Amino acid sequence: VAVVIHIPGYVREFTGGLGRVTLAGPSPATVGEALTALWALHPGVRDRVVTEQGAVRPHVNVFVGVESIRFTGGLATPLAADAEISIVPAVSGG
Amino acid sequence: MATPRQIQVKDGDALVLVGTMKGAFLVRSNGARARWEVGGPHFAGQAVYAMAYDGRAGRRRLWAGTGSMHWGAVLRSSDDMGKTWTNPEAANVRFPAESGVSLKQIWQVRPGRNEEPDMLYCGVEPAALFESRDAGATWTLNQGLFDHPHRPLWQPGGGGLCLHTIVPDAANRRRLLVAISSGGCYRTDDGGRTWQPRNQGVRADFLPDKNPEFGQCVHKVVQHPARPERLFLQNHWGLYRSDDAGDSWRDIANGVPSDFGFAMAIHPHDPDTVYIVPIESDEFRCTPEGKLRVYRTRNAGDSWEALTRGLPQKDALETVLRDAMATDPLNPAGIYFGTRSGQLWGSSDGGASWSLIRGGLPPIVCVKAAVVGEVAKARVPGARAAATPAARRPRGGKTAARRPSARAKRAKGARRAAPRRGAARKKK
Repeated sequence: VAVVIHIPGYVREFTGGLGRVTLAGPSPATVGEALTALWALHPGVRDRVVTEQGAVRPHVNVFVGVESIRFTGGLATPLAADAEISIVPAVSGG
Repeated sequence: MATPRQIQVKDGDALVLVGTMKGAFLVRSNGARARWEVGGPHFAGQAVYAMAYDGRAGRRRLWAGTGSMHWGAVLRSSDDMGKTWTNPEAANVRFPAESGVSLKQIWQVRPGRNEEPDMLYCGVEPAALFESRDAGATWTLNQGLFDHPHRPLWQPGGGGLCLHTIVPDAANRRRLLVAISSGGCYRTDDGGRTWQPRNQGVRADFLPDKNPEFGQCVHKVVQHPARPERLFLQNHWGLYRSDDAGDSWRDIANGVPSDFGFAMAIHPHDPDTVYIVPIESDEFRCTPEGKLRVYRTRNAGDSWEALTRGLPQKDALETVLRDAMATDPLNPAGIYFGTRSGQLWGSSDGGASWSLIRGGLPPIVCVKAAVVGEVAKARVPGARAAATPAARRPRGGKTAARRPSARAKRAKGARRAAPRRGAARKKK
């Protein structure tokens, strides 16, 4: 049982092409902890997903299962040991 | 994602860098600049508001400030003419954690003086200046400007609160001028430690106080290295010249159909020759009368002449944005501009005649021009020596001078349609 993070296409340049990263080791308690563990494995992902102040970029959505963390406590959203996190670009553009 | 078309760029080529709302394009020709090859789109889908060529210290380096709506903004460079680009793991232009501020967009990347070949500057939104002293490997926030007591009072224009223009003084290494929309011009004379507003004489029509110390919406400032005390400024309403490095400004809108505009470029060899593209108003933001006209002064703004040969003079409601005009260093000089409708225009004879280099591009927000490698290696048919200043005939000057100027119209109260210049004007 482990937390899994799904990586969007654009960011895979910074995960060595991986679309799915499994977090080994102690289970993260929150989304923020899981993402910190992701940055430790793949540092280039960090600045694409969050700003230099640590906030999730406004046009990036992070889901736990099918729930956006915008509505469940943001980076403090608690995680189950087998949670699936998805990082997805918002349907915005022009 | 679109695979960029690669072009072979050689030493001696004229190179035009085109940043658009949807990627960057590299455009090359030989010194004749008659036929052009277009490569790109690089960074397809990303807005590229800032590009630069750094040919100092033997480099052939391209810079692009790319901005993804989703994934943020980063400065990227290429040493192989766009075949590969850096994509740093950690964003290289970033506000310090204690600032509480996040980068929105990169607006300008500017190589420093030739004598300081590892110095680069970067202007960003929210308005701030970053500096690199190691040829772009690392960047730091200029704290002096960031801590300026005016900063909280600067207001965003239509394009955001951006530092979009950087003018390293060609004669004085301690002096640098930056322009902010809407903060106005600020200048340092101590290498970036302290900054003073330099807006005396520049109007702010959108404020109750029309002549404030700061808060002007400057759109572009240019300087010629041979005459560094002289600056030209295209304002959000108003064309200006300073003969004292920005200490004071005077109106030079003599014979232009509108003194509103964004872009401005200086001739590479003649410090009295400047190019602009007047825009009808800040409400309409299109070329007046549906005519795409570049205006040129050859006498430092005493008069302006319309350059129209080859440019559409009917149904051309175009906009040329603040960083979308540039000159190359050749002789005769190449002049280039891009439109928001995605047309790239060029002149290889100093503006006398124009041709469409490429249409159908995404909205163009940045145009820069250079010669790759040594300028002397470019083969320009019929060229005069590059160091010779362009002949300064008063061609068109007298005609232009007879036309009523925007300044004269204002003086007479003969303002055109009131809504255009009314109090409800939006600023950018």
